[in-house]
Amino acid sequence: MHLEAARRGSALRLTLAGAWNARELPVIEPQLAALDLSGAGSLDIDARGLSSLDLSGAWLLHDLVLRARAAGAAVAWEGGAPPATVALVDKTLGSETASPLAPRSRHEFKPVTALGRTVVTRWEALEAGLAFTGEAALRLLRGMTSPRAWRLASVTRHVLETGIKAIPIVALIAFLISVIIAYMSAQQLLKFGADIYVVDLVTVGVLREMGVLLTAIIVAGRSGSAFAAEIGAMRLNEEVDALKAIGVSPMEVLVLPRALGLVIALPLLTVIADAVGILGGALLCRSLLDMPFVQYFQRVDESIGEWTFWVGIIKAPVFALLIAAAGCYRGMQVRGSSRELGRLTTVAVVQAIFLVILADALFAVLFMEMGI
Amino acid sequence: MTAPAEAVVPAIEARGVVNRFGAQTVHDGLDMTVQQGEVYGIVGGSGSGKSVLLRTILGLHRPQAGEVRIFGTDLTALPDAELRAVKASYGVTFQAGALFSSLTVLQNVQLPMLEHLSLPQRALDELAMLKVRLVGLSPEAAAKYPAQLSGGMVKRAALARALALDPRLLFLDEPTSGLDPIAAAAFDELVMGLQRELALTIVMITHDLDSIFRTCNRVGVIVDKKMVAGTLQEIVEHPHPWIQSYFHGDRARRFGVTDGA
Repeated sequence: MHLEAARRGSALRLTLAGAWNARELPVIEPQLAALDLSGAGSLDIDARGLSSLDLSGAWLLHDLVLRARAAGAAVAWEGGAPPATVALVDKTLGSETASPLAPRSRHEFKPVTALGRTVVTRWEALEAGLAFTGEAALRLLRGMTSPRAWRLASVTRHVLETGIKAIPIVALIAFLISVIIAYMSAQQLLKFGADIYVVDLVTVGVLREMGVLLTAIIVAGRSGSAFAAEIGAMRLNEEVDALKAIGVSPMEVLVLPRALGLVIALPLLTVIADAVGILGGALLCRSLLDMPFVQYFQRVDESIGEWTFWVGIIKAPVFALLIAAAGCYRGMQVRGSSRELGRLTTVAVVQAIFLVILADALFAVLFMEMGI
Repeated sequence: MTAPAEAVVPAIEARGVVNRFGAQTVHDGLDMTVQQGEVYGIVGGSGSGKSVLLRTILGLHRPQAGEVRIFGTDLTALPDAELRAVKASYGVTFQAGALFSSLTVLQNVQLPMLEHLSLPQRALDELAMLKVRLVGLSPEAAAKYPAQLSGGMVKRAALARALALDPRLLFLDEPTSGLDPIAAAAFDELVMGLQRELALTIVMITHDLDSIFRTCNRVGVIVDKKMVAGTLQEIVEHPHPWIQSYFHGDRARRFGVTDGA
């Protein structure tokens, strides 16, 4: 039992006992709330029997005293003064019944405002993106004249991280994709006895589209996110500001080496994906269609046109630039909190994949117009 | 502050603590006792293992040997579930504040309450606000995110979060580092005021001589992998060369500490 109330006429007397602390608060509060203060002319509180009283308990008493005063009762403490903790709460909160809570932001839906805000933020984002691209391009041009600005050691590291370490997963995916293409097309083409064309489908499909596209998507997931997270964490840690203060352009030491590294790594990864893809096709054709390797590779040779391989490879550096730009740009936008870091890393990956697929579609139209 | 009676359990009692990382021994049989109601300062050179000691006492790191008791409970032998209850009995502020950056100051203070107590919403809001105001922050600051706060406000907000569960024991890791002398003095005053009125036991790691002289009853110095502890006067007069140069360097002169005092 935490409190005992005794009423004599209009005089109310409260005797407190036990531990009044944060842990007991859920038990004590309803008891206090049930206390009827109406008509009480005076309230005597005896807190001398408490075994412990912490801030939470003191806040309850502070609240009770204010309630009693509001009801018109004169409050007196047995033994003269309130316990020190209650005095501290009184001093901190004053005579406010409820400490003014921080105003919660209301989300009222106003269509015109929302539309306007969206347009403005989108426009600003577009401007910021353009400014970023422009600065990166300028830095790149300036770097043409001074080889030091290329940061070869850093570029090498990024080729290792984004390229060489990605070889196993890229090769595995390329293998699986070629197996899927071969299997699906074999099922259809066998009906016409045209199974030799499976080789054409695998070769052209992998070299022109699938090899480079899937490699780019994997790299976007792997390295686009890594770029955004690395640069974002550096921003949170004020490392980017430190670079600026030293007089080093973050664009030059953080963004360009990543972009260059990826531009070198992605085409090479694509070559590996192409090779593994064609090998995968060979294995499946042999096991599924009993096609000897010699025949398979002869057919591959026939089906590859002058441009088939290059159409795929040309796209790789463009995809690399898009992935690096999305990753680095979003990383640079991180400020304030770790939640931002997570959000912008997600945005970077989604945007990188979107841009890659969009660019691939544009390339398809372009190549068709060019007739290659 | 009156010296606590002998019969009371010490707030912290560490016996023979050994911490080793690979071949490097950080603590080798370290003893430390903090009585209830004391303000205890931990001093030591960089790399002397102040932070490791703090992590050991907090139960975040299990020592290779020795025992650590908080209010008589041995942390080193405790299963994780019971360790959680002990962790609710102390408050900590970390060096850089370590406020959760995606939560407002008020939500930062409420987080330990939500985890450890079951409070009605009104109590939750008002108690958190009480603590925010107790450390001298305005109600407006309660709605801000850590990134919007100044260095001094971050320290205060961290203190408010450390007080969230009404602990009897408070650990402060470099509470005044990065503050200007006036803000540091104000912060010390705040801590001392709370210590007096809430009868807190405070353990602080600090490099700030001003702070040590203003606040600490007793000081423990980590030298040679062990703890040398005593009252401020005893430590100042201790013959160990490191302690001598720490308290009798140029920095110390202005506090009137003279050789042989």
